[in-house]
Order: sequence, then C-alpha cells, then structure tokens
Amino acid sequence: MMPLLTTKGLSRNFGGLRAVDGVEFALMPGEIRAVIGPNGAGKTTFVSLVSGRIRPSSGMIVFDGADITSLPAYARVRLGIAYTFQITSVFANLTAYDNVALPVQRTLTGGRSKGAVHAGVMAALERTGLADRAHMPAGQLSYGHQRLLEVAMGLALKPRLLILDEPTQGLADSEIDNFIGLVREIATSATVLLIEHNMPVVMQLADRITVFNAGKILAEGTPEQVRANAEVQDAYLGTAP
Amino acid sequence: MKEASPAKAYALHLGVIALLFALSFVLPEYHHGLLARIMVLAVFAMGYNMLFGYVGLLSLGHAMFFSAGLYGAGLAVIHLGWSVPAAFAAGLACGALLALVIGLLALRTSGVAFMIVTMMFAQVFYLIILYFAAWTGGDQGLVVPQSARVLVLGDTSLGLTNPTVRYMSALVLFSIVLLVALVIVRSRYGRVLVAIRENEERTKMLGYDTFSNKLAAVVVSGTICAASGAAYALLFGYVGSTFASVQYSILPLLWVLLGGAATTLGPLIGTLFMYYVVDITSGYTSAYLLIVGIALILLVLFFPRGILGTVRQRWLGWLP
Ligand SMILES: Nc1ncnc2c1ncn2[C@@H]1O[C@H](COP(=O)(O)OP(=O)(O)OP(=O)(O)O)[C@@H](O)[C@H]1O
Ligand SMILES: [Mg+2]
Repeated sequence: MMPLLTTKGLSRNFGGLRAVDGVEFALMPGEIRAVIGPNGAGKTTFVSLVSGRIRPSSGMIVFDGADITSLPAYARVRLGIAYTFQITSVFANLTAYDNVALPVQRTLTGGRSKGAVHAGVMAALERTGLADRAHMPAGQLSYGHQRLLEVAMGLALKPRLLILDEPTQGLADSEIDNFIGLVREIATSATVLLIEHNMPVVMQLADRITVFNAGKILAEGTPEQVRANAEVQDAYLGTAP
Repeated sequence: MKEASPAKAYALHLGVIALLFALSFVLPEYHHGLLARIMVLAVFAMGYNMLFGYVGLLSLGHAMFFSAGLYGAGLAVIHLGWSVPAAFAAGLACGALLALVIGLLALRTSGVAFMIVTMMFAQVFYLIILYFAAWTGGDQGLVVPQSARVLVLGDTSLGLTNPTVRYMSALVLFSIVLLVALVIVRSRYGRVLVAIRENEERTKMLGYDTFSNKLAAVVVSGTICAASGAAYALLFGYVGSTFASVQYSILPLLWVLLGGAATTLGPLIGTLFMYYVVDITSGYTSAYLLIVGIALILLVLFFPRGILGTVRQRWLGWLP
C-alpha cells in the first residue's frame, strides 16, 4: 500500500536552530499515528510544514503520491489536509455556529442550499458535543470547549488527513474519555496524526508512535515497542510532565 | 451573519428606503437637495465600509475610486458626448479596473503598509489629474453641461437637473447599493470576509484563498465608490480634483466610523450626521470645524463602535 504522506529530508531552521532536521517520515492511510517528544522537540514545526503554515528550509513533502512542497496552505487544505492549532485559534467574535459554517460551506460540493450548510454545521457540532452552544460567541466558550470547537472545524473540512496538535490540553478527564471515542470515530474515515503529551491517551489511541527529539525522529514503532525503548525513556518518558 | 431574523433585516432596510422616498415629498427645498447629495455620498461610504468594515482593510486612498467614477463618467460626457447611462457605465468600469490593479499591488501589504500604499497610489492618481489639465480641467475642474445631463428612457427624457429627478435617481442608486450590500454581508462570501478580518491565518487553514477573496472585496468596494462618483458627476454636474485629494479618502473613513463600521446602515447614518453637524454649526460660527472635530472626538471616545455599532451591541443584536 502507498503511504498517504511522506516527507523526505524535511528541515526547517529558525536562525541557527534546526527545529526540524532531515525528517524521513511515512504515514499509511487509515492509521492513527501519535507524535510525542519533549517540549521544543519540533513536533508543531513538523506538522506546520506538512500543513503549509510554514515553508521548509529544505526537503520534500508528498501527499497521496503528489509533491505538495510548494503548494500554499489553503490548497493543501483543499487536498484534504486539515490542521487544528495547538494554540487555540477560533474566531472569538463569531458564534460557534459561524466558526463551523466556514469550513462546511467551503467543502459543500453538491447541494449548495442553506439547509445543507445548516445540516453540516449541526452534525459537526453534535459530534463534538457543542450543539447546545451553537449560538455562543466562540470567545465565551470554556477553554476545553474551544479546543473541541477546533476539532469540529477540522472535522467539518472532511479531511483525509486530520492533524491534531495537543487536542486534549485543557480538557477535563471526563471530556478526554469522550474525546478518545471521537478520535476513534474520525479514524474510520480519515488518517489521524496526533501530537499528544498525555501518555494514556496516546497508548489507547495510537496504532504507531513516532518520537521526536531535537528536530529528529528518535524512534518509531508500536506503543509496546516505543514503551520498551530505553533511549525514548531517557529522552522523554522519564521526564514527561 | 446571524442566522436569525432575515425577514426583520430586510423589512428594516426596505423601511429606510420607503422613508427616504416619502421624505422627497415633505422636505423643504434646501434639505431636499442636501439629502440627495448625502444619499450619493452614502454610497461612497458603503463602498468604503465593504472593505474597511467587513474585511478590516483600512485604505487611505479611496478618493481615487470615487474620482475614477467621477472622471470616467464626467469626461465621457464632456469629451465623447456619451449618453448618461453609457457614461455611468464608463465610470463603473474605470473604478472596477483601477480597483483590480490597485488591489493586485496593494494587497501584497497589510496594516499600516496598506494604508500608506493606498494613500500613495491615490496621490499619484491626484497628480495625474492635475497633470492632464487639458482634458481634466486641472484644479479648476470641469462643469458637465446641463444639456448633456438628460436621461432618455424610451419616449420620456428626464433632466437630471430637476430636483425631483435628481433625488429619485440618487435614491434608486442608494437603494440598489444598500440591498446589494445587505445580500453580500449575509451571504457565504460575507462570512468569509468577516473571517479574514477576524483571523486571516485561520481562514487560510480552512482552505480559503484569502488573497483572491480580498482582491474581490477591493474590486466590489472600488466599483461601489466609483458608482457614487459617476452619479455625483451626472447629478451635480461638476468634476473636480478636490474629490481626488486626500481629504476625500479620509471622509468616507470618518462617515463609516461615525455611523458604525460593519453595519449596513451605518454609512448612511454617519454621512447624514456629519453633513448636518457641519451644516448646523456653520450657521452659528465660523469655527465650525473645531466643533465638528470635538464632536468626532467625543463620539470616538464614548461610542467607539459608531452610532449603529453601539445600538447593535447594546440593544439590537440582529442588525446586519
Ligand atoms: N516561529 C519560530 N521562530 C523561532 N523559533 C521557533 C519558532 N517556532 C518554533 N521555534 C523553536 O523551534 C523549536 C521547536 O518548536 P516546536 O514548537 O516545534 O516544538 P514542539 O515539539 O511543538 O514543543 P511543545 O511540546 O512545547 O509544543 C523550539 O526550540 C522553538 O523555540
Ligand atoms: Mg507544539
């Protein structure tokens, strides 16, 4: 089977700092892949390169067999790469409804009626448990609900690859359980790339885990393999918050 | 933007149009003439609001779009002898084309740089008008001959110098632009424009080509401003370079700020308010600009969202 996403020698420097350093990465369709690593390891920078938010210093990104390295971010979204921000970035002054209507109305292809937008918006809000807050301004939602709204916006894009950057940060334990169910459900129709610090969540969800450290891939494997890896324990698991 | 109460919004706008229509029959001559002028300039403000209010792009060069319409229509009548509708279309086309070119160049910048770049382009436009004085009349401007300002519709010909015809023409233009603006801001495209204003980076990450959307907004905004300029030339018969000066780039900003940015009726209210404050105060004192300045400062201090923006925030959340 052909990988959905591959990166070859992907690098990004910030001044003298090599935030992402020659990363060779492959992701199979249908997978839930977790990316872990200490703070500053380059995880967010790596997925930002994939989503097109920032440009690589060198290297290549292939999505579904096509070289997308020079495509602008919005064109990558249209190919099916959706990115949810680590630092919550919803439209604070717009209602939760309008936040989700933006991705829904763009992905509608057939029925462009008002009803189709409404149905799409309410479906995404219901999946994330936000339906009863549809008409609240996003800025007035609790932090955890804003994180879920981010996910709803990602979902509404009907992505082939959904990148979630620390989605459970700030969620209560009960919300995390629901969230795990939600990601499993998403994974039936999309490939998921999940950056996550919460190890129980990672262990429950991930098919495979990629460990980043200092801009490079330190290890990769099934949850069991990664857990058993001594280097990983040194670099990360031992010092995890 | 709000899903609720579309009927209320349309009813309100149609009500405002009906009120302006009725006023034509009751206003004394002086106010009748002033209101016709205000409606035409409110179209200028609505065009400005499209870009400033909804997309959040502050231009300091919109005088060039107004003047593109003004000169496009005026010169077509004066030098080419075009009919009123053809000249109006020429004004619109000049504004749309200019807006497309300026948009392609100026949208490479944002924020303060966008203000400066648009101001520089407007200044170039102003100097070009002065330079080609042989055609444009330079700083004296040109008068559009009365004989040419006649709108022929089938068998009837309407002289645009007739106050009632002038008022009704201004009202027709104002109403069309008001309803078009209402439809745009309530549409999906309007939702994208507001999203760009609120968070452009995020809008891109939802798959929107924000540059193209902003470019379209500049063209819509420039074309509406040009419609105002073209109507001004044809209805009031004067084409002059003052309308291309920086003062006329700042005025629509003030009108919109006063009335309420990103409200559909704010531009009318702001223009109306400003005209009447100037009109009333200049009747009492020669220092009326000082009073206007103080009134503006007070408004911005106490009503930073403008008149309608404040009304919407405090009382009528459904206002578009
Ligand atoms: N825009 C930027 N300019 C300069 N340096 C940056 C920039 N973005 C990230 N960095 C640096 O690059 C390194 C990698 O940062 P990145 O945000 O990718 O880490 P991360 O693995 O996502 O960390 P965390 O777990 O804290 O989210 C860090 O040292 C960071 O300070
Ligand atoms: Mg990060």
